[in-house]
Amino acid sequence: MSSDRRDFVLTAGKLLVLTAPAAAYLEAVETGKAEEPAYKMAEHYWGMIVDVDKCIGCGNCVRACKTENDVPVEPYFFRTWVERYHVAEGAEHPDVDSPDGGYSGFPEKYAAGDGAKSFFVPKLCNQCAHSPCTQVCPVGATFESPDGAVLVDKSYCLGCRYCVQACPYGCRFIDPRTKTVDKCNLCYHRITKGLTTACCESCPTGARQLVDLKDPKDPVHDFLRDHKIQVLKPQLATGAKVYYNGLDGSVR
Amino acid sequence: MNRFLKDKEHLVRMAALFAVGVVLFLILKAVLVPKGFGVYGHYRAGALADNRVRAPRFAGRSACIECHTDERDAWKGGKHAGVGCEACHGALAKHAEDPSASNAFKPDPKTICFTCHLTNAAKPRKFPQIDPKNHFDGGACNGCHSPHAPDKEPKK
Amino acid sequence: MEEGLLHAVQGFMYPNEVELQWSILIVLYPFTTGLVAGAFILASLERVFNVQAVKPTYRLALLSALAFLLVAPLPLQLHLGHPERSLEMYLTPHTSSAMAMFGFIYLWYLMGVLVLEIWLDYRKDMVLLARSETGWKKTLYRVLTLGVDNISEESLRIDDKLGRFITIVGIPSAFLLHGYVGFIFGSVKANPWWSTPVMPIVFLFSAIVSGIALVLLMYMLVCFLKGISIDMPCVDTIARYLMYAFLIDFSLEMLDLIHRIYEADESFKSLDFMAHTQLYTSQIIVQIIFGTIVPISMLAFIQVVKLSEAARKGIYVLAGLLTLMGIFAMRWNVVIGGQLFSKSFLGYTTYKMAFATKEGLLPAILLMILPFGILWVLVKVLPPFEEEKAAV
Ligand code: HEC
Ligand code: HEC
Ligand code: HEC
Ligand code: HEC
Repeated sequence: MSSDRRDFVLTAGKLLVLTAPAAAYLEAVETGKAEEPAYKMAEHYWGMIVDVDKCIGCGNCVRACKTENDVPVEPYFFRTWVERYHVAEGAEHPDVDSPDGGYSGFPEKYAAGDGAKSFFVPKLCNQCAHSPCTQVCPVGATFESPDGAVLVDKSYCLGCRYCVQACPYGCRFIDPRTKTVDKCNLCYHRITKGLTTACCESCPTGARQLVDLKDPKDPVHDFLRDHKIQVLKPQLATGAKVYYNGLDGSVR
Repeated sequence: MNRFLKDKEHLVRMAALFAVGVVLFLILKAVLVPKGFGVYGHYRAGALADNRVRAPRFAGRSACIECHTDERDAWKGGKHAGVGCEACHGALAKHAEDPSASNAFKPDPKTICFTCHLTNAAKPRKFPQIDPKNHFDGGACNGCHSPHAPDKEPKK
Repeated sequence: MEEGLLHAVQGFMYPNEVELQWSILIVLYPFTTGLVAGAFILASLERVFNVQAVKPTYRLALLSALAFLLVAPLPLQLHLGHPERSLEMYLTPHTSSAMAMFGFIYLWYLMGVLVLEIWLDYRKDMVLLARSETGWKKTLYRVLTLGVDNISEESLRIDDKLGRFITIVGIPSAFLLHGYVGFIFGSVKANPWWSTPVMPIVFLFSAIVSGIALVLLMYMLVCFLKGISIDMPCVDTIARYLMYAFLIDFSLEMLDLIHRIYEADESFKSLDFMAHTQLYTSQIIVQIIFGTIVPISMLAFIQVVKLSEAARKGIYVLAGLLTLMGIFAMRWNVVIGGQLFSKSFLGYTTYKMAFATKEGLLPAILLMILPFGILWVLVKVLPPFEEEKAAV
């Protein structure tokens, strides 16, 4: 529907049902009062760098995320999790595990010096710029915000689970308490207040770093220039904005 | 009813019924579509604010070192300078806001170190790792290493 | 609960994948819309291409389509985490979402095509019934006729012309209706089991197959219940159509399968493994062998060997039932099968169906009985057979 017609219908509807003060209030909401004065969406574009070579699999990010965002601890759901890869030389498939998403760290499972290559890979929502999940949402309850975070509108989500199916990375789940979809929102409540995400804050090695791609002073630009960067499942052209350094070809 | 419409009266009525349905739908739409929908895109503009309202639980290292200057001085120059305070102390936003109302968590120096330093084949090889079985067993780690500024050549 | 779910996992799945998203209710949804589209397309054959032989089933097919169409959205509704918000699909439909567009196609098809066509076709009957009945029944038919008592030659001629037009519009609509269901799955690029451009076409032809089988069975059942003799040329013709549609459907599915096997891309090992383990029974045995090859062979056999009427009837019933079972298994293998492997292609899980829960087997069974109840009422209100009309 063209925006003119929309506006007309909206206005007509308002005149029909609303008294003047209420209409004035809504006017204010619609014209962007939602934006906090200190934070300008247009000046930011968020993403993340994950440096695989630095991840020690301590699980701090997983725990911090659950604490910060009230992610259910008991059922098996994660906004971020860590995988352990174990790739024997010449093996076609890697052995992967993620006990409890890495929540309690990774008890040693492989013998040291078994000749295989082994490493940790933190995963989270890739905040795709062409996200397959927001594309399929039937009602607009999940969307890419102007500053580059993929967000969920919990008060509008139907719980149809189509977006969960559409995410190639397994980053979405249905929160059993609200029966709506949940996923990493890049700690939107933190990054819009000038803080970094809970996972980055508690990462001891700097394996994860929040980046603002629109900020010319952000060290991300040097990092992206100086390293060979990869995103997950590039063949799906999701426009993922979580950039991995040192990502092995076996990582799915 | 004119002659032309005589045999189509039922169709006219059906069409009217459909028209009523469409009008009802449009009214419903005007009334029920949430305000602010479509301002930035196909979603409720208010959802952005909804995602922001949450209060952070991690205060961030810069908050801690404003008050804890002793720890800051030790920590800044040490090997743990890259490790945020809350990586060991847990989420302490409440404490940072009002220290008298909420006690800070003091991690157990006998165990906290293992979350990071336990040997594991999947860890990057250059990361300092120890096997407690053959690393000065017994005493708490902070007996030799300061948790805020550990040294490879410990004090004792 | 998670413990149980985790035990079902072999290999590695992304942690959030351990919970299956779409249950048996979502299997019912393509199954029922398929029956609708198929039944309608069969009915349209008579009207548009003037196939006199299938005329006795015309009205029954339309009523069956309506009964199933009314039920089709219920499993979706029941499955939603927030059913009370489902109106949002119509209020703020997201144009890039196949699911949102389906809502409109559904409404269009229900109101713009099926209800209108049935109404036009039955108008004369309803007017006559409104004249002859008494009491609340008279009121009911009065309301159904919108209070117009006119059944002049001219008005009926107009109805017929308009009905024909609607049928012609209805055929692409029925294609759209079910092709779209296929698109809902076929467009999910994250899932290689679903993501294929032939998915809508496969869905469409399997829909036609299931719809024809349904009408065939319903017709024989209603005749049996009412003690009307079965019109053999009619069922013979329908059975022949069933075989043709089935052959096309089967070829398409095999084409897809061969293509996958030959290309053997990154997902193939994973999917191939699945077809040999978790999906072996439902895919190879139930869907392909007993649900496809056997009924096709039975129907083909009748084409070459002359059999007695009784034998043919028996074979039609059996083939029809096997066909419905096979198409149901196909829906199952698509919907459930598409969720049994990890998108990392490194692990698998199994689907454990609950029984008396919101998304369990019990509501599924009830939802499959419901359309027959609705159809029973519809047949009472709007008798589909000529014989009865004479008796009124
Ligand atoms: C507003 C100033 C302030 C900020 C900000 C602050 N603290 Fe404190 N903190 C205090 C004070 C005051 C005490 C001493 C309370 C006492 O001695 O009872 C304290 C005590 C502590 C203790 C010792 C508790 C104990 O049981 O002995 C720890 C550990 C601590 N803070 C950690 C932190 C961390 C980590 C942060 C950052 C998240 C932080 N604090 C931020 C003021 C602050
Ligand atoms: C490597 C983990 C680690 C980090 C990082 C860390 N701490 Fe601690 N901190 C500890 C441990 C362990 C203790 C308890 C020492 C003890 O009991 O002797 C402690 C104790 C404290 C105390 C209480 C001191 C006392 O005398 O009781 C304060 C205050 C404190 N930390 C503040 C901070 C601040 C501020 C930061 C960030 C600059 C920080 N810590 C970073 C591990 C850490
Ligand atoms: C949250 C993770 C974490 C915890 C918990 C932690 N450390 Fe560390 N530690 C690090 C990191 C990161 C480094 C820096 C490694 C580097 O420079 O490569 C480090 C460095 C060290 C070093 C210096 C090693 C060297 O080769 O220079 C020592 C010693 C050390 N830690 C001891 C401790 C002790 C003792 C504790 C417990 C009180 C502890 N750490 C707890 C993350 C941690
Ligand atoms: C008796 C004193 C003592 C105690 C207790 C002790 N350490 Fe050490 N630690 C040392 C000394 C000495 C070194 C340096 C020599 C070496 O690497 O063995 C060291 C080195 C380390 C290193 C750096 C290893 C490397 O390869 O760079 C880490 C990490 C470490 N200790 C952690 C711990 C932890 C965790 C504990 C608690 C379980 C602990 N230490 C207890 C004395 C101690």
